Amino acid sequence: MKQNILEAIHIYKEFNDPVKVKVLTDINIEIAKGEFVALTGKSGCGKSTLLYILSTMDTDYNGELLIDTVSMVHKKDKVLAGVRNQKIGFVFQFHYLLEEFTVLKNVMLPGLKLAKLSDKEIENNAIEKLKILDIGKLAMKKANQLSGGEKQRVAIARALINDPDIIMGDEPTGNLDKKNSDNVFDLFKKLSEEFRQTLLIVTHDESFAERMHRIIQMEDGKIISS
Amino acid sequence: MNSKLIVSISKALLLARWKQTMVAAIGVTFSITMFIALLSFMAGLNDLLDGLLLNRTAHIGLYNEIQPGKDQPVNRSAIYKNQYNFIRSVKPAAARQQIYNSGAIIRTLEKDNRVLGVAPKIITPVFFNDMTINIAAVINGIDVKNESRLFYFNDYITEGISDDIEKIPNSIILGKGLATELSAAIGDRVQVSNISGEIFQLKVTGLYQTGVQDLDKTQSYASIATVQKIMGEPNTSITDIQIKLKDITAAPVIAKEYASLFDIDALDIQTANSQFETGSFVRTLISYSVGIVLLVVAGFGIYNILNMMIYEKMDTIAILKATGFTGRDVQNIFLVIATSIGVLGGLLGLLLGFGLSAIIDQVPFSTASLPTIKTYPINYNPIFYLIGGIFSLLTTFFAGWFPARKASKVDPVVIIRGK
Repeated sequence: MKQNILEAIHIYKEFNDPVKVKVLTDINIEIAKGEFVALTGKSGCGKSTLLYILSTMDTDYNGELLIDTVSMVHKKDKVLAGVRNQKIGFVFQFHYLLEEFTVLKNVMLPGLKLAKLSDKEIENNAIEKLKILDIGKLAMKKANQLSGGEKQRVAIARALINDPDIIMGDEPTGNLDKKNSDNVFDLFKKLSEEFRQTLLIVTHDESFAERMHRIIQMEDGKIISS
Repeated sequence: MNSKLIVSISKALLLARWKQTMVAAIGVTFSITMFIALLSFMAGLNDLLDGLLLNRTAHIGLYNEIQPGKDQPVNRSAIYKNQYNFIRSVKPAAARQQIYNSGAIIRTLEKDNRVLGVAPKIITPVFFNDMTINIAAVINGIDVKNESRLFYFNDYITEGISDDIEKIPNSIILGKGLATELSAAIGDRVQVSNISGEIFQLKVTGLYQTGVQDLDKTQSYASIATVQKIMGEPNTSITDIQIKLKDITAAPVIAKEYASLFDIDALDIQTANSQFETGSFVRTLISYSVGIVLLVVAGFGIYNILNMMIYEKMDTIAILKATGFTGRDVQNIFLVIATSIGVLGGLLGLLLGFGLSAIIDQVPFSTASLPTIKTYPINYNPIFYLIGGIFSLLTTFFAGWFPARKASKVDPVVIIRGK
């Protein structure tokens, strides 16, 4: 049975400031478990805006959003924070690691917040995730001692810590050079193929997108192919 | 579990900017230190100044006022009963100033558990004869033990031993001013004549000084028995009963009660010295105001530093929110930061405040009018430390509250997309 992790139904969004601009028009997306999806389009077409709506961080829209078949509309801030914590893993263009903490603690943070497992178990999980991403030896380093590519991999490990239903990436390779980009892409591919991890990656890199299983293309706030 | 995580994040943020943290904490420490030192010193001075008079004043004094009888014979006469009787120039009868049945009154008072202690006293005006000069003065016959316990009589003895007036018959303690006028020293004999002109020889066993010139020039002390002898009174005779209460504020009420119970005149300390409370109150008010201003200024310092920290840590706040921390969590993180600065700075401030008070307590301070005071007075009232501690927590909490609110409202989308 095909189970939808993420479902967007008739989503509209417009900015009212300074003039009324339609950003998203009638967006309908279904993402099933295990899919490896690219969301592409030209700069300014609304793909990042859509991603932030899908990730529950932006709540200012019209339409219906289901994550794991549960509606996210009109939910309280606290409930949405819980969903982001448990069901969604994020990788941004910038790594956003906390420089005060070690790599390990950075990866553990969302797990500690969820507090489903003991600290010790979370630590073991974090080390395991780091090993999957080939950066197990960096665990005890401070976040600010790493290179750009390494930081991005730590960010991916952090996204994985709570075994989320879906990983969302907003131009995760945008700040990296060719070699590191390929590295990160290979990791995503590995996660998708070996661990059946669902991924939704926003990118404007066509060659990057073409290697994924499915491409959703956007133009002027509409989906033109999916 | 969640609170442990929040505390660990707060700690990391605090330590990451430990210099700023220190500056903020030092601000609190400084203000609490000054608050404690200022209040302790002011309260010490207040106690000293109030003590100048209040220590030596009874909370309630019982005595017989010389005054005309309220009930004149004409009013009792049946013939004039229905008329208005105007009587002018009524003179007091030869009433005695001695308190009737003083022994029974004292025993009753000592059983009253609102009373801290009772000291009987007999007062008589006398002349000190020095060759051809007569100096008018007063001899107070006192019970040395009670007088010392209740009214710190011993503190004012500058030379000699107070107990000697009870051990050595016909002995006297002179005020320093009076002794100078008589050019009398310890061991000398002075000549005293009572109202009737009878002459007595008294031996000087001590000198005392209150710091109030008028008192030191006119007052002298002897045992009750000695004064009774000078007055030619029996050994039960006393003119004043001084009462010290456990609660000074109850004095006016209890004074009224005793006046009607013993059919006697009773004067309470509040009526006798109303100006003192006003002075103490104003001084206390000023020191509290200055102390609280210091704390509020420290609060603004914390507010500034936390505000800056929030701008610096926008990324951190954004990613915490993106990975599932609620606005409330973020707010708590900054509140924990603020209050730990308050607790740290406050505790250190309390310690340093105690230290500074202790140093002031050692600074020499001697004045001729205050023979018992050798250093600046300090009042180590725990209340000051309690107020200082609570206030440091409150100020830092509120100084942290507004920045924390701001942090909780940070929209992660704006920060993350802005990169």
